[in-house]
Amino acid sequence: MRNGMKGLFAGISLFAFGASASAQELTIFWAEWDPANYLQELVNEYEAETGVAVTVETTPWQDFQTKAFTEFNARGSAYDMVVGDSQWLGAASEAGHYVDLTEFFNKHKLNEVMAPATVKYYAEYPANSGKYWAIPAEGDAVGWAYRKDWFEDPEEMEAFKAKYGYDLAPPQTWAQMRDIAEFFHRPDENRYGIAIYTDNSYDGLVMGVENAIFSYGGELGNYETYEVEGIINSEQNVKALEMYRELYGYTPPGWAKTFFVENNQAITENLAAMSMNYFAFFPALVNEASNPNAEVTGFFANPEGPDGDQFAALGGQGISIVSYSDNKEEAMKFLEWFIQDDVQKRWAELGGYTAHAKTLESEEFRNATPYNEAFYQTMFKVKDFWATPEYAELLIQMNQRIYPYIVGGEGTAKEALDALATDWKGTFEKYNRYE
Amino acid sequence: MATEVITRLDPQSRAAARGWSDLTIRNLFIIPTILFLIIFNIFPLLYSLGYSFTDFRASTNAPANFVGLANYRALLNDPFIWTNFAITAKYVVVSVTGQVVVGFGVAMLLNRAIPFKGLLTTLLLLPMMLSMAVVGLFWKLLYDPSFGIINYALGLGRFEWLSNPDMALYAVAITDIWMWSPFVMLLSLAGLSAVPKHLYEAAAIDRAGPFYTFFRITLPLVAPILMIAIIFRTMEAFKTFDLAYILTSQPTTELISIRLYKMAFQEWQTGMSSALAYIMLIMVVAITNIYVKYLNKVKER
Repeated sequence: MRNGMKGLFAGISLFAFGASASAQELTIFWAEWDPANYLQELVNEYEAETGVAVTVETTPWQDFQTKAFTEFNARGSAYDMVVGDSQWLGAASEAGHYVDLTEFFNKHKLNEVMAPATVKYYAEYPANSGKYWAIPAEGDAVGWAYRKDWFEDPEEMEAFKAKYGYDLAPPQTWAQMRDIAEFFHRPDENRYGIAIYTDNSYDGLVMGVENAIFSYGGELGNYETYEVEGIINSEQNVKALEMYRELYGYTPPGWAKTFFVENNQAITENLAAMSMNYFAFFPALVNEASNPNAEVTGFFANPEGPDGDQFAALGGQGISIVSYSDNKEEAMKFLEWFIQDDVQKRWAELGGYTAHAKTLESEEFRNATPYNEAFYQTMFKVKDFWATPEYAELLIQMNQRIYPYIVGGEGTAKEALDALATDWKGTFEKYNRYE
Repeated sequence: MATEVITRLDPQSRAAARGWSDLTIRNLFIIPTILFLIIFNIFPLLYSLGYSFTDFRASTNAPANFVGLANYRALLNDPFIWTNFAITAKYVVVSVTGQVVVGFGVAMLLNRAIPFKGLLTTLLLLPMMLSMAVVGLFWKLLYDPSFGIINYALGLGRFEWLSNPDMALYAVAITDIWMWSPFVMLLSLAGLSAVPKHLYEAAAIDRAGPFYTFFRITLPLVAPILMIAIIFRTMEAFKTFDLAYILTSQPTTELISIRLYKMAFQEWQTGMSSALAYIMLIMVVAITNIYVKYLNKVKER
């Protein structure tokens, strides 16, 4: 009897030890959107290969940040990995919520494997420190959809050429984009020029404006020294903000709190000639079930600024291991699987936006969808918002300063950006960033 | 003597058989409730009061450092916060005034013999039974400049309710008035039905006009209950979050509760947001006290 009990106890101990040494389940936390479904499909293949079940747990975008950080703050082990926003890098790494992946990054030479711009913004913090906290997972950036049928209508083309002196085609510059928006802006016909981001509740408007700022040759500040004076309120940025305000004048009525949903609707409901959106939301525009105009919807990358600079605001996320996970080793094994060339290729096939340079550059990827070429072009020239722990304060301050100018026409672009420079400087002083 | 009454039990009862007194039974019910209140209300309240004097940020693992009144000073010197308070005050005045006028007006109309009065009253109460989120999304569609029925019904063309910075706050207030006027109506109806009929009869004998009757009989007698409705609605309007958050994100509609939410859960300024919550609490208590004092005066009359 005693031996029997011993055996049972040993069996239980072995089972318990075995379970802790090699997890059979991993949980990845992400926002609720199509790429999360594609990731679930991908990780099902990981389970088929290894027997380790991976669940992609999602939550609506509105709750994503709050829910993730609440779990981090509680040092909870509910999530083994998180596909977190690029802005979170500073807050999550400085607080010790993310596992340092520098060694992993260097071992697998991910600097060369992933598109350079994505490594810089999805993985590295602080800027140029060589410390990495995430693996670029869902690459994304802002691009544009347009109505090919409107653009290619012979009468429209003729009228446009007569008015502006050049051919009507997807814009190469922001100035051309302004002309086209003005040309198609016909409220009497319930047809409008352009749909841009204006939602100031998180990063929608800021992302939209960043597209103009970066392409006008501007920057938000020096990410290493935290210098902002003369940078965020530079001449280029003033002109970029003025351009964004001008474009707002060609948007459909009621376009003052719009983000990705409304901007896709602008195309599906015949409202606008051009529409800004993240590439991740373009699959809905090539699907006839969700877009009756799918056949006549085209795509282009963010146009150049006046001096030929061409950049786009970064979206997307990197995948990080949560420090409080009980399955860090298994999560590391998963990441090793995830970065393989064939897995990244499969990730792209399923609909995920890979940041894997080789996959992005392949002809197969670039021709796979009507927007992949624009995506490929964009992913090598993306820039991002501040990733410092106080990014949310900076974001809210930027919204508070630029929204009244863009939507309400209050003050001037210079006044808005000068005030923003003062706000940001004050915030960095508050957190002793200049010491 | 009182204790004696409380502790006396029916000798035939099971509790008496177990040797329990009324006092024991009372404590059995009250102590868990008090414990519940302490754990879930009082303790977090005091804990957050402590945080309001620190620089604690819940998103970091850094310890909370005592900063004294620095958070309160920073908030009271922040022009954006004062703008948020001004927007909130404007919203409270417009919304509560609208609810009182509409709610009391409808109650006056219903306070007479009309067919289907019960059914009508029940139907009018429906808006306040709906969820705020549903009401917000529903009214967002109604206000839509392209296909919203409000512009169509009023012949306003493509009037922008929620996108127009000058109009957005009023649009939110109109929705709140629609939702909560029935509450004022309900209380007013209770007050109106309690007015003694003989006062109206006496006024009629004295040939008093409707204006005189309203201001000298109806309003003074309903005023106390109306004041209660105003107190409740003011407190609620001051805390409004969901309706404004769902309907629009204009800077002109950024109520103080929305700013608090952003500070606490987007910026993770836990210490600072705790201080703001206490400033709000003090303001609500102060406003309520003023109302209560006025209510007592009205009652004394």
